[in-house]
This record gives sequence, structure tokens and C-alpha cells, in this order.
Amino acid sequence: MSYGHLDLNTVWFVIVGVLFTGYVILDGFDLGVGVLHLFAVHKDDDRRILLNAIGPVWDGNEVWLVTGGGALFAAFPAVYATVFSGFYIAFMALLCALIFRAVAIEFRSKHPSKLWRRFWDFSFAGGSLFSSLLIGVAMGNLAWGVPVAADGEFAGSFIGLLHPYALLMGVTTVALFAMHGAIYLVMKTEGEVQARIERWVNPLIIAFILCYALTTLATLLYVPHITEAFRREPWFFVLVIPLILAIANIPREISRKKPFSAFLSSCFSMVGLMAVFGLGMYPNLVYSLPNPENSLTAFNSASSQKTLGVMLTIALIGVPVVIAYTASIYYIFRGKVKLHKTSY
Amino acid sequence: MDVLILSRLQFAFTVTFHYLYPPLSIGLGLLLVIVEGLWLKTRNPVYHQMAHFWTKVFALTFAIGVATGLVMEFEFGTNWATYSRYVGDVFGSALAAEGIFAFFLESGFLAILLFGWNKVGPKLHFFATCMVALGAHFSAVWIVVANSWMQTPAGYHIVGEGMTARAEITDFWAMVFNPSSMDRLAHTLAGCWQAGAWLMISVGAFYLIRRKHKEFALRSVKIGLIVAMAAGLFTALSGHSSAQGVAKNQPAKLAAFEGHWNTEPDAPLFLMGWVDTKTETTRGISLPGMLSWLAYGDTKASVTGLHDIPADERPPINFSFQLFHIMVAVGSALLVLAAWGLWAWRRGTLAESPLLLWLLTLGVLGPQIANQAGWWAAEVGRQPWIVYKLLRTSDALSKVVTANQVVASMVMFMTVYALLFAVFIFLLNSKIQHGPDDEDLIDPYEKLSQGFKAKKGDAS
Repeated sequence: MSYGHLDLNTVWFVIVGVLFTGYVILDGFDLGVGVLHLFAVHKDDDRRILLNAIGPVWDGNEVWLVTGGGALFAAFPAVYATVFSGFYIAFMALLCALIFRAVAIEFRSKHPSKLWRRFWDFSFAGGSLFSSLLIGVAMGNLAWGVPVAADGEFAGSFIGLLHPYALLMGVTTVALFAMHGAIYLVMKTEGEVQARIERWVNPLIIAFILCYALTTLATLLYVPHITEAFRREPWFFVLVIPLILAIANIPREISRKKPFSAFLSSCFSMVGLMAVFGLGMYPNLVYSLPNPENSLTAFNSASSQKTLGVMLTIALIGVPVVIAYTASIYYIFRGKVKLHKTSY
Repeated sequence: MDVLILSRLQFAFTVTFHYLYPPLSIGLGLLLVIVEGLWLKTRNPVYHQMAHFWTKVFALTFAIGVATGLVMEFEFGTNWATYSRYVGDVFGSALAAEGIFAFFLESGFLAILLFGWNKVGPKLHFFATCMVALGAHFSAVWIVVANSWMQTPAGYHIVGEGMTARAEITDFWAMVFNPSSMDRLAHTLAGCWQAGAWLMISVGAFYLIRRKHKEFALRSVKIGLIVAMAAGLFTALSGHSSAQGVAKNQPAKLAAFEGHWNTEPDAPLFLMGWVDTKTETTRGISLPGMLSWLAYGDTKASVTGLHDIPADERPPINFSFQLFHIMVAVGSALLVLAAWGLWAWRRGTLAESPLLLWLLTLGVLGPQIANQAGWWAAEVGRQPWIVYKLLRTSDALSKVVTANQVVASMVMFMTVYALLFAVFIFLLNSKIQHGPDDEDLIDPYEKLSQGFKAKKGDAS
């Protein structure tokens, strides 16, 4: 299929962004539930309710990461190669965390022993917390910039990835996911469990807003290439205003006892955050610091126009179908979680 | 050890461990469709009981399959960055298609398969089961297409030179239908169906030995045997067709599989043997002329020998030979065993011979061994190339990854996977010991929620 003069590179920059946004929104609440798992509730049945709140959907949510990774590989192989080999230890740690998170959900309730359940509770919570932190640190590094050599290879070290800005972004991500997960749980639970979770919501909202404010300040002061993008294109602020409003709307909906609206606001905030991140980065996928001319962009690291076109066809056929049945599955599993025979 | 050896070991280890699970998901996916379809058609409650039992086993294999599969997708980038740059344009679209068409389908409908028994009607549930099975099969399609492109590249051209060279797609469908993809896909899926079928047979036969859950056990063994026999025959046919493709497209691989040195007609087929690479001879039990006949349908046809392959383009010969022969031997043994089981069923003695029942119980190992040996043969036989005749494995590594980093990740994977495997076996065993639930014996059209009374006894 031919797409004429369509700028396929930019289209794929957006699609990869959309896939990762889908991932952070959807798996974001799964990871957030995991972060809260050890702290918010303590009784066995309450923990099972938390697990079963995400039980039917976490698997499909993680597929957004798989597909995002696949799309990155296909559309921007040079970025996939540089980032994954450059962040080797970080990615291996992320894999380890995600493996434990995944199998803990499946294994935990399969055996009644206390020690067994405690082990998998720690795996689930630890895996979720660590994954969230690492995802944030990776985003922080992409925003800050990483050393890239002239041949497009990563030229830094693992320790170099752990600078304060990246760590701040990591903490912000943990707060964001925990807030998002807490709101999701308020929506999916009732009675005593809901009351326990509700106590966590406002502190988490405050924690996230503080982290976000700090990250924004640090970005304005120390990450000139993103600030520059906003200076160049002032209309980007059209996006920032609804983002701020969406964030402000979360506590409002919570106090009005409307968790579903609060959850939608939280999702919308994440779309806004990712959009601001994408606009600030464009056209860079990996910003090179200190040599910006080595940056990997949507143009110098992309696959051929032919492949980008073929894949756009695949995406145009596949994505609407995926969205349709994902929505129906969420619809089938709507309402409060109840434990029964087939539950985790 | 250097990064090359370490990265190859790590990839072999992680992919071998991963590949214990997808064949079970694909095979059990098909069997779940059969069992649940029979339940809807016959309304016999035992099929519902079977569907529930095998769904739980399916969930177990699926969870580990997903977790270890994510590792595979990341590893191309972490350890094989040069390869990723080289093939991204071609290979990436298959991988992206796998995500969009296969994984979403599988994991989305899995929610209904596992947790939807009392949320949706029996027909919609059956539809979800079909979609999960279809998704599992699609995932095999795209990954086998991608791997087959590495065996027999087609529909591409090379852009750039030296270190910046890379393959770009010129014809998407020629890439998808490259010369080996359809044969290898058929062969892979048939192997997966056998993995699922033999798990079902094995558990059923074990219950028959223990004289427990008789109706459940007999039906599991019978359905499993039919699928195992049909899939076994299909494996043999697709394997033959695949080998003819190898003879034509990858002569070095076929020569290594058979330890065939001189290009000559009347080439022998070894049943078993040993290749001595020092003296360049192959000893063993062989059928004269059979290799020529199988490869080209004529005993007088000439088969390319290793002497006509440059030494630096030969795969490890004896290793490929043994892997290939293990696959063939185990696959054949499974066919014989399935035939024996079907014959005993016909004579009405299926539940009587302890020897047969023990062999059927151990049969579960067969497809796993054959599937692994087959993939190892396919991958080792392609060496020294990672993409046949285009890119050498030794040139495909990540340039910035050091040996220490790979050692660290190897240790991590070995520890985590050993734990996962122990837990998997423990849970599978307790599920088998626990057996099917009698409260799952329900008719599809009675009110389903009645099946969910308070649980009797404990889950252990």
C-alpha cells in the first residue's frame, strides 16, 4: 500500500509513543496495585482481592510493552539496538522484576502455606516497585540525554545512568503508578478494603504532584533541549493546560466519591505527560549528550519507507480490532471484584 | 570466555527454557477447543470437568511462557544489537505483527477463558477459548516466519556496505512466504500439538495406573491419542517436506545432519551413527541410497557433501548430526507408542497393561525432547551464519556489552529460571495429585452459577 507524501517517520514516532502510552496507562495501574500490595492491606483475602482486581487484565496490559518493543525494533532498529545493548544491566534487572511480578500473580494463591504466600507477595510488590522505578529511570535518561558515539553506539556506563534527574523521574513514576493503581482499586473494591485503599489516595496524589513539580522545575533548569522545544513552539502549551487541569481534577473527583471519573482523569493526565514528553523529544528518540549531532532521530534511525508503510497497514488493520476487543473485555469484567472459585 | 560464547550460551539457555512452555500452550489451546466443543455438542459434564482442569494447567504454562518470552524479545537488542540493526527492517515487521495479531488476541481472551466461566454464556466462552488457541497459533506463525527468513532469506536487498550494511524489505509477501517458512511452520505446530496431546495422555494414563478419576482419565487418553497420532503423522510429512527444502536451500545443513562428506549419488541415510571430523568419516547403521531418495525422490540423485562446503562455512557436524537423529528417533518412537495405544483402545485393553500405561505416562517427555532437539538442530545447523549466507553469528553481537555483564545476566537467568522450573513442577504436580474437581461436572445449559458453590476441601 502506498501512503503518498505522508511523513511515515513522524507517523511511526507517534505510533511508538501511543503504544508506550497505552502501556504506562494500563500496566501503570497493575504496577501501582503491586506497589501498594504489601502496605495497604494485610489480610490474605484482602490481598487476593487486590490481585484479582487486575487478574483478568494484567496480562493483556503487559502485551502493550511487548508490542511497543516490537514496534520500536521494526520502525527504529538502530534505537532498539543502541538503547537495549547500552542499558544492558538496567534492562536485565527490569526483566527480572517483570518475571517475578508476572509469575507471582499466577502462583501466589495456588498453595495455602503462609510462607509460600508471603514469598510471592514480596515478589509481586518488589517486582512492581522495581519495574516502575526502572521505567522511570529509563525515561529520565532519554529526556536528559545519554552519551552516543558517532557510530550510533551507546558510549556511557551503567553507573552514569543513575544521575539525580533520572532517579527523580524514577521516583515520580513510582508515585504516579501508585496513585493510578490506588484510584483503580478504589473503583474496583468495596467495603473495608476500599476504605483502607482510600486512605492512601490523597497522600499519593500529593506525593505525585510534588514530584511532578520538582521534575518540571529540574527540566526547565537543566534540560535545555526540551525547554528549547517549547520556546520554539509556544502552542505546545495548549497541551500543558489540559494536563494541569486533568491532574487537578483527580483530587476533586475523589472527594466527590466518583472513582471512575478520577481514574479517567488519571489516565488523561498520563496521556498528557507522555504527549509533553514526546513533543519535547521530537524528532529525537535518543538525545545524545554531550554531542547532540549524534542523536538518534525518527529520520536517521528508521527502517525503510517500504517497511514503515507495510507496518502502518498492519497497525491500521490490527489496532482497531485490538482496541475493540480489549474494551469489550474490560466491559465484561466491569464492577467490583468478588472472590470465587476461579480467582487467583 | 568471550562475549560471543557467553551470549550464545545465554540465548540458547533462555530460549530452550522458554520453549518448554509455548508448545504446551499451543497444544493445550487446541485440546481445550476440542474438549469444550465436545462439551457444548454432547452436553456430557465430564468434558466440562476436563475443560476446567486443563484450563488451569494452561494458565500455568501460559504465565511462564509470557514471562520468559518477554526476555527473548529484549535479548535481540541487549545481546545482538548488530544483528538487530541488520535485520530490523525485515524481522521487526514480523515481530510487530506478532504483538498486534497474536499476543493481544491470546492475552485478551485469556481473561474470559480463565475468569469468565460465570460472566459470559457457554457459547461466548467457547468463542473466547477458540480465540486464545488462535492467538497462540498466530504467535507461532510470526516467529517461525522471522526465523525462517534467517534460514532462507527472501524478498530483501542489502543497503550500505561493511559495518553499516543492512537488509531492507523489497517484497513483504516474499519475505513472509520465504522458501522454508510454510514447511517449518507446519512442522513446528505439529510438534506443539504433540506436546499438548502427550501431556493430556500422560496425566490420564497416570490416573489409570492409580485407578483414579477413571472416566476423566480414559477420555483424556483417548482424545490425546487421536491428536497425538494425527499430529505425529503430520509431523513426519512436514518434516520430510522441510528436509527436501533444506537439501535445496541449505545444503551445508543437510550434509551436517547426515554426516555426508562426498557429493555423490546413492547417498545413505543414517539411523544412528557418529561423525569423526578428524578422519572426515561417518560410521553407523545406514540405509544406502535413502538420503538421495528422500531428498530428491531418486536414489541416483546427487547430494552435496561437506567436502564441497568451505571449511569456514560448515556448522558443528557431529553435534548437528546427533541433534537431528535424536529428534527423528524420538518422533518415530512417539508415533509407534501412539499406534500401540490406539490399538489397545480398539481391543478394549487400554486401561489394563501397566507397561503401556507407564510408557504413555512417560510419553510426555518425548515431544519436549524432540521439539528442543529439532530447534537446536535447526539453529546449530545454520551456523556459522545467524542470517544464512548474509551475516555471521560472530559479527552479530552488541559492541558495547562486556563479558562481565553477560556473566551477571546469565547467573541471574539461571537462578530465576531454576526457581521458576521448580515452582512449575511443584504446582503441576499438586494439580495432578489433586485431580479434577467433581463439582465441575456440570451441563452447559444449567445455570452456571450453580457450579460455584462453596468449595469442599482444600486446594492442596
